[in-house]
Amino acid sequence: MNFQPLQVEGELLSNKRVGAYHLITIVVPGIPERIRPGNFVALSVGGESTSTLLRRSFSVYQAQERGLYGGTLELVIAAHGAGTRWLAALAPHQMINVVGPLGRPFPLPKDPVHALLVGGGYGSAPLFMLADALRQRGCRVDMALGAASADRLFGTLEARRVTNALSIATDDGSLGVQGRVTDAARSILQRSNIDVIYACGPMPMLSALTTLGGEFDVMVQCAVEESMACGIGICMTCVLPVRGSDGVVRMSRSCVDGPVFAGDRVLWESIGSVPEETLGAPKLSEH
Amino acid sequence: MTSIRVLPKGGRGVPVEVNLDTKLGALLLPSPVLTASGCAASGKELSQFVDLTTIGAVVTKSIMMSPRSGRATPRMAETPSGMLNSIGLQGPGIDEFLEHDIPWLASKGVRTMVSIAGNDVEEFGRLAARVKRAGDSVVALEVNISCPNVANRGLVFACQPHSAAEVISIVRRNVGGAFPIFAKLSPDVTDIVEIAKACVDAGATGLSLINTLLGMVINTETLKPALAGVTGGLSGPAIRPVAVRAVWQVHAALPHIPLIGMGGILTGEDAFEFILAGASAIAIGTANFHDPSALTRIQNELSVILAERGFSALQDAIGFAHRKE
Repeated sequence: MNFQPLQVEGELLSNKRVGAYHLITIVVPGIPERIRPGNFVALSVGGESTSTLLRRSFSVYQAQERGLYGGTLELVIAAHGAGTRWLAALAPHQMINVVGPLGRPFPLPKDPVHALLVGGGYGSAPLFMLADALRQRGCRVDMALGAASADRLFGTLEARRVTNALSIATDDGSLGVQGRVTDAARSILQRSNIDVIYACGPMPMLSALTTLGGEFDVMVQCAVEESMACGIGICMTCVLPVRGSDGVVRMSRSCVDGPVFAGDRVLWESIGSVPEETLGAPKLSEH
Repeated sequence: MTSIRVLPKGGRGVPVEVNLDTKLGALLLPSPVLTASGCAASGKELSQFVDLTTIGAVVTKSIMMSPRSGRATPRMAETPSGMLNSIGLQGPGIDEFLEHDIPWLASKGVRTMVSIAGNDVEEFGRLAARVKRAGDSVVALEVNISCPNVANRGLVFACQPHSAAEVISIVRRNVGGAFPIFAKLSPDVTDIVEIAKACVDAGATGLSLINTLLGMVINTETLKPALAGVTGGLSGPAIRPVAVRAVWQVHAALPHIPLIGMGGILTGEDAFEFILAGASAIAIGTANFHDPSALTRIQNELSVILAERGFSALQDAIGFAHRKE
């Protein structure tokens, strides 16, 4: 089930550099206890007289219902634009407006299955809460983390704590095996009897994993990273072509219909276009 | 009638009752605060943050006859104090809208202004007729003749007085009588007053000012246009002075015609500026993306600033900046 989102003025508790990323902890009463693995939150950036009005959405790395200062959320920030640079430069006690929980969380299996969790770059962030939830249900959890280089991996130490087995792949070989995380996932699928794959990371990785899941007849649950303006379902900017249970392809909002989609429902090759079979696609004569 | 009790800034003095009632032709609303079309879907999502029965009305995303996928992504680019969007009127089509969205809005008691968009003049007429029959929760029509995100610029009806009038005439004919019709105009014209007059002469009750401005951003990493649709509509506080100017000019020319002002309203003070320029109601768009509680916040802030400036009723402030002294 999904909780109704709240809008809460949060206070920054800490801001730590972790490799190429920033790990920020925000005291934000009311939201942490509502977070399920895969949910995200949308933050306003730039302070009170900001000129960057659009919210920045982040999946939740950790949600603590109560701590010394009240409920906290931990988020992983990659500073690559005006908004994320502002977040990465936040100092303790600064205020941040937070909306959440948002989006559909990862669906959890009823049975104690063997799950493979695959994260690309800081896309690994939501997988640690997920691993905890799966292990609490008696699942076996393998994890494969990949990135361009070691500093762009997130959570390798935490991963050892929450998984039964961990594989690491980097493009430059600076940590783990040299190569793609999808290759690491393939060797896990070859040697283990995986029942379900959960993944979060760049679209090409999710697309490749969906193909891989098809080869091994394993369901892949993908949390997509699509840019959003609002995070709550009203701006219609974060859409991607998804086939519904009725077989019809629609431009679905990744914020409210996702961010978690069954990989075989997403038309990965068509992201960035409107496939002809989409409901209401422009007729050729209109172009 | 809704009055909001306001304690003026500083907390001193007696709380003031500010009457926010407004009139859009025959339509009486308890508040001038509306959602801007395309920035609130059909209300359901925002209802998690705002009691939509307390605002003036929800103006729905523009609805078309058939389902429409909208444009490819990227559909959005952030710009200084604003954003560029290129959604392309994505929507479920009128059948699903009447089957799902309108009954939901009606069941919640939300006053609803339905925005319609047609591919041609006749489609506007057919849409208007169907929406008019949709029940009492639909209190007005907004006729979107100015969406910039269409393949053919010649189909932006609001760019020419005669094509704008043609659409409004058929809509008026199909809904009849005094049912409130608002024509939504584009600021991307030489003389917005000329278009406004043509719409009013053709039967528009009032005007919604303004739609987004056509703009463009180039991505300096990919070295290509940032939007898949190349151009998009610019919104947000960056366009507010353009919108205030449009409201000012049209109110000066047509002082008895109700105007819905919109364009970059983020605060009650911004809303007040539009009221002073001559708007009888204001609509909140991009601000909803920034702050999902913006509607309630802006409504409260507007009451406070009205009280602070000595207005006990919103009505008295409409067009106040035009006074000659």
